[in-house]
Amino acid sequence: MDMQPIVRVRKLNAWFGAAHAVKNVSLEVEPHSVTAIIGPSGCGKSTFIRCLNRLHEEVPDARAHGEVFLGDTNIYGEGIDPVVIRRKIGMVFQKPNPFPAASVFDNVAAGLKLAGIRKKALLMERVERSLRHAALWDEVKAKLGSPGMSLSGGQLQRLCIARALAVEPSVLLMDEPTSALDPIATKKIEELIVNLRKEVTIIIVTHNMQQAARISDRTAFLLLGELIEFGATSEIFTVPKEKQTEAYITGKFG
Amino acid sequence: MALDMVAQRCILPFRRLLKRKGDPFQMCWPRIDPLFSFTLKVIALGVFAFLALIAFFLFYSAWPAILRFGWEFLRTSTWDPVKEIFGALPVIYGTVISSLFAVAIAAPLSVGIALFLNELSPRKIATPIGFLVEMLAAIPSVVYGLWGIFVLAPWLGDVVQPFLGKWLGALPLFQGPPYGVGMLAAIIILAIMITPTISSISKEVFQAIPRSDREAALALGATRWEMMKLSVLGRARAGIFGAVILGLGRALGETMAVTMVIGNRSEISASLFAPGQTMASVIANEYAEATSDLHVAALAEIGLVLFGVTFLINAIARLIIWKVAQVKVTR
Repeated sequence: MDMQPIVRVRKLNAWFGAAHAVKNVSLEVEPHSVTAIIGPSGCGKSTFIRCLNRLHEEVPDARAHGEVFLGDTNIYGEGIDPVVIRRKIGMVFQKPNPFPAASVFDNVAAGLKLAGIRKKALLMERVERSLRHAALWDEVKAKLGSPGMSLSGGQLQRLCIARALAVEPSVLLMDEPTSALDPIATKKIEELIVNLRKEVTIIIVTHNMQQAARISDRTAFLLLGELIEFGATSEIFTVPKEKQTEAYITGKFG
Repeated sequence: MALDMVAQRCILPFRRLLKRKGDPFQMCWPRIDPLFSFTLKVIALGVFAFLALIAFFLFYSAWPAILRFGWEFLRTSTWDPVKEIFGALPVIYGTVISSLFAVAIAAPLSVGIALFLNELSPRKIATPIGFLVEMLAAIPSVVYGLWGIFVLAPWLGDVVQPFLGKWLGALPLFQGPPYGVGMLAAIIILAIMITPTISSISKEVFQAIPRSDREAALALGATRWEMMKLSVLGRARAGIFGAVILGLGRALGETMAVTMVIGNRSEISASLFAPGQTMASVIANEYAEATSDLHVAALAEIGLVLFGVTFLINAIARLIIWKVAQVKVTR
């Protein structure tokens, strides 16, 4: 792939109070690819992707510094409204977090309504398309009006994916999206991620190395907030360049 | 018979305990356990008994009035201790109106305070302000009453009521001479007094909402306000409702401050400027001077009604909260 990178991270640093969680990370992500971020617990991988849609700074005492370009825009540039950025960069969380009081339909339509779309027909069309993209349409088309919370855990996570896709983001961030799910639901989401690549660029944090190997094109290995190695997934898992990467993927720590 | 049972349950375990000093593990837990659970049972059932006793006492004291007036007591408006004619409608009306208006003022204010403290203000400001709001609940109500008499009522009479009368005088609510002291003063005092209750409970409800719920909205590109609407208020509805009802409960029973500013006239008036009286204030005002048995019984019956009304309101509120909560927990 020799396309222009869609996300370029330059010397990104992030802190929680005095704790330096992400240290000088730089990497580039190509459009329509799946990039996996792996590393042991507490290595800063979640913090890292939460910096990519400026969600990190919503935590009290947290701050981030550096450059993250989405296309040509530095999202940490002056006068950039994080609200606008978050409409272009969707996010799926570790635990499914649908809006509890809202129906299936309203959950998916929430982002569209925030963006000011009010026309019923357009909402319906976009909701159906996102639910189809999230491979959930067939399961929920008969109960769009029932509470979102009535779905199963795996369905809820796909509902959250549909919700994120509905606003047609160019990048989708996923923070360990399957860690709360059973193996069958996990498999569905993994298939979904591979297919979604056509629609959107995906950056996924995962605790599960096999998952990274199965679904990603490129893998970044983070350790104690530093980017140790970043390259094609096939290479990272077969011929890693760094000793620490090799130690991690062969299960010597973490 | 009953005493025997108590002795058996309470003393025997100790005797057994004393006999088996050897093994510390066998000694303590299996023997103390029945005693402990029995004690807790007694305490828990004691609450029921206490409640029943209060209800019984009120009913017993009120009996002469109930016999004499029947349902007329709740339906008529004459309250004349001299002629021994007692109708409680005006004080029931006064209680309901003052409490409902107070809640109508305090609820949005309190939810706003809780939202601000929890979602908007930096911690440095939120902590002292939250503390101060909760301190409002610690002020004795007689102090509120003094403030009401010397500051609030004159201000209402001189400034607020003439102003309201001038601009909103078309409404029956704001007609009549501006006394200062009266229903409006009671409403405002009550609103101030229940604000800490509603806001601190609402704040706790908001704090219980997980961060991930808020991030769900933020990550979709919601502004702060949109996030509050989507994730916080939507989810906290039942809790806010519960907080408001608790505030209402407090307003219904509040006595001292209301007695001092409401004017204490047993009349139903559409105007908030007019003096009124509440169930609690009439009891506080007249109990010491009630000489005839019927007068005492009439006051006890008002106490019974107040007890019943607050009990009923709280019960209904709990039921609604349970229902709302169940919808959410279907997961």
